[in-house]
Amino acid sequence: MSDWKFTARQLAKNPLSMTGLIIIVIFVIIAILAPLIAPTPEGHRNPYMIPRDGFFATPQPPSENHPFGTTQGQYDIFYGCIWGARSAFRVALVVIGITLLIGIVLGSLAGYFGGIIDEVIMRITDIFLAFPALILAMAIVSAIGPSLKSVMIALTAVWWPSYARLIRGDILQVREEDYIEASRGLGASSGRVIIRHVLPNAIYPTLIMASLDIGAVVLSAAALSFLGLGAPEGYADWGQMTEFARNWMVGPPGNPLKYWYAVITPGLFILFFVLGWNLLGDAFRDIFDPRLARR
Amino acid sequence: MADLIRIRDLSVRFYTYEGVVHAIDDLDLDIRQGETLGIVGETGSGKTMTALSILRLIPYPGKIESGSIVLFDRDSGGELELLKLREDRMRAIRGNKISMVFQEPGAALNPVYTIGDQISEVFLLHRRQELARAAKQRVDSLLSDGSGIASVKKPFWRWQSRLFNKIADEPHAIEPRLLSHVPLLRRLLGRLRDEAGLLTVNMLKSVEIPDPARVAAEYPHELSGGMKQRAVIAMALACSPELLIADEPTTSLDVTIQAQMLELFRRIKVDKGASVLFITHNLGVAAEVCDRVAVMYAGRLCEVATVEDLFLHPSHPYTRALLEAVPMPGKELQTIPGALADALNPPPGCRFHPRCPSATPMCQQERAKLKEVSKDHMVACYLY
Repeated sequence: MSDWKFTARQLAKNPLSMTGLIIIVIFVIIAILAPLIAPTPEGHRNPYMIPRDGFFATPQPPSENHPFGTTQGQYDIFYGCIWGARSAFRVALVVIGITLLIGIVLGSLAGYFGGIIDEVIMRITDIFLAFPALILAMAIVSAIGPSLKSVMIALTAVWWPSYARLIRGDILQVREEDYIEASRGLGASSGRVIIRHVLPNAIYPTLIMASLDIGAVVLSAAALSFLGLGAPEGYADWGQMTEFARNWMVGPPGNPLKYWYAVITPGLFILFFVLGWNLLGDAFRDIFDPRLARR
Repeated sequence: MADLIRIRDLSVRFYTYEGVVHAIDDLDLDIRQGETLGIVGETGSGKTMTALSILRLIPYPGKIESGSIVLFDRDSGGELELLKLREDRMRAIRGNKISMVFQEPGAALNPVYTIGDQISEVFLLHRRQELARAAKQRVDSLLSDGSGIASVKKPFWRWQSRLFNKIADEPHAIEPRLLSHVPLLRRLLGRLRDEAGLLTVNMLKSVEIPDPARVAAEYPHELSGGMKQRAVIAMALACSPELLIADEPTTSLDVTIQAQMLELFRRIKVDKGASVLFITHNLGVAAEVCDRVAVMYAGRLCEVATVEDLFLHPSHPYTRALLEAVPMPGKELQTIPGALADALNPPPGCRFHPRCPSATPMCQQERAKLKEVSKDHMVACYLY
């Protein structure tokens, strides 16, 4: 049986991972087809800025023109949520991608060579880990100015140390295996041993953590945006939209749920995005690891 | 017979937290061309470390302290001082001129690659030029045949032919090396891999694996222990090494498979003319396959002799005690009193003297030098 077929069957067998996959596929489609689902109005320059319908401060309930209603300042919630999927993928994939790269390179150097290299790299990661992550991220964003790019930089800076540690630990374990010594005995160089023999056996826990963390990155980015440190006002980003909703969580006396649409809709998008990746993370474990897969 | 490996005054030490461990102490040993030399001894006597020293793969915190290991290269006729070689020259020797079979066949195979991939890797590491030559010939014959290739694609095939020619002529040329490091582009060199695959199947056939093409496509966990060990041996033999080091290759197999493996080792020696360094703690196995046997105790050599000599006239008290300790029906099992010498604080003089029935005061102070008592029979003991 080919690997792909096997993977597909493994996925289909588990309803939870199937659900996760479907959720993520829907989000991917939303992100790709954003210009078709929520067309940018004529003459609107930057499609990532949510078009607004007037400047009235109070959110307006769903109507024909605005299926999800409008939020504070008459920004269209539907448009923001759809284009926000693109922002979410961008932040998550860029942060996790760079984090993985830094983590794998530093972690494998430290784990494989040990000694003074290990000592230096691990003490640097310790320094980063010594700060509370969210506060360090806030400090970094405040220092370089709030924007989506700063959020990505800040999250990468606080995220990589745990990856470096995780992969170092797994490499420490794998490098003691006989087949590593055997491949050295067959004349493979250090680089070749690390890339071809150590990493493929040590990387699975890291990849699984990465797929679970994609959701977590979006959550943290939303948290930074919620604190006013993320995307600029009106940018299509779910976190930024929840920040708008902050003032409208509780309606006027007598009707506390009056502005529910301003709070719930972007919140639900975040919730499903994170849920999808979490469910998919478990599925990835079964797919990635050939030792687990064919049992 | 001429020597293949000459080890002189080899000392290996481990600098641990608790102190310096003398894993190997002033070892002198020769491995001759085409012979099977057995090393027997208890666990921790330095058998495996001797083997790893030859490959220069002593694990941290161990260090080769002093000595020399000379390889008399059969092909070039030159002498190579292995302990002074540059690391990249040494890599070209590992797996090529000297290769090793590990104790646990299951652990010595990488679980994430197929058997074929892992054996191909050896060819790709050491036989790149030959593979490129074969690939070029294949491309050329397809080109001159002409029927199967669309004329649009011909320039591409000619380029392939030139590329392989270049790899064959100068293995370190920049162009193919760059290619092999870029994902996707690396596939252009896939023909090298295909050629290696063909050699791999032949190799698997030569270690008597039935249906080698199917086995090459399987992962290690899909094979039985005996098959895995055959695959590991095939990997070690891939480049026809001059010395094959086998570190307790039969210990983890059941007895019937053991017998097959020993037969295989004997055949390899005859077919390929390779020397085998056979490490074992099983005297029966040693008697079965070895031409000469070296007995080690606590990092030192006690006795080296031809296999008949050793079993008929064991001279060192330790060898005698070892032979007594082989279980026999109808005879009470003899054990050696005491425990293996503490490697951190070895006893002075001869390391075996606290357990030796014929120890003299001399033994407590000075170690005996290796002495030739009869032809090809060396003993390190004051009794001689």
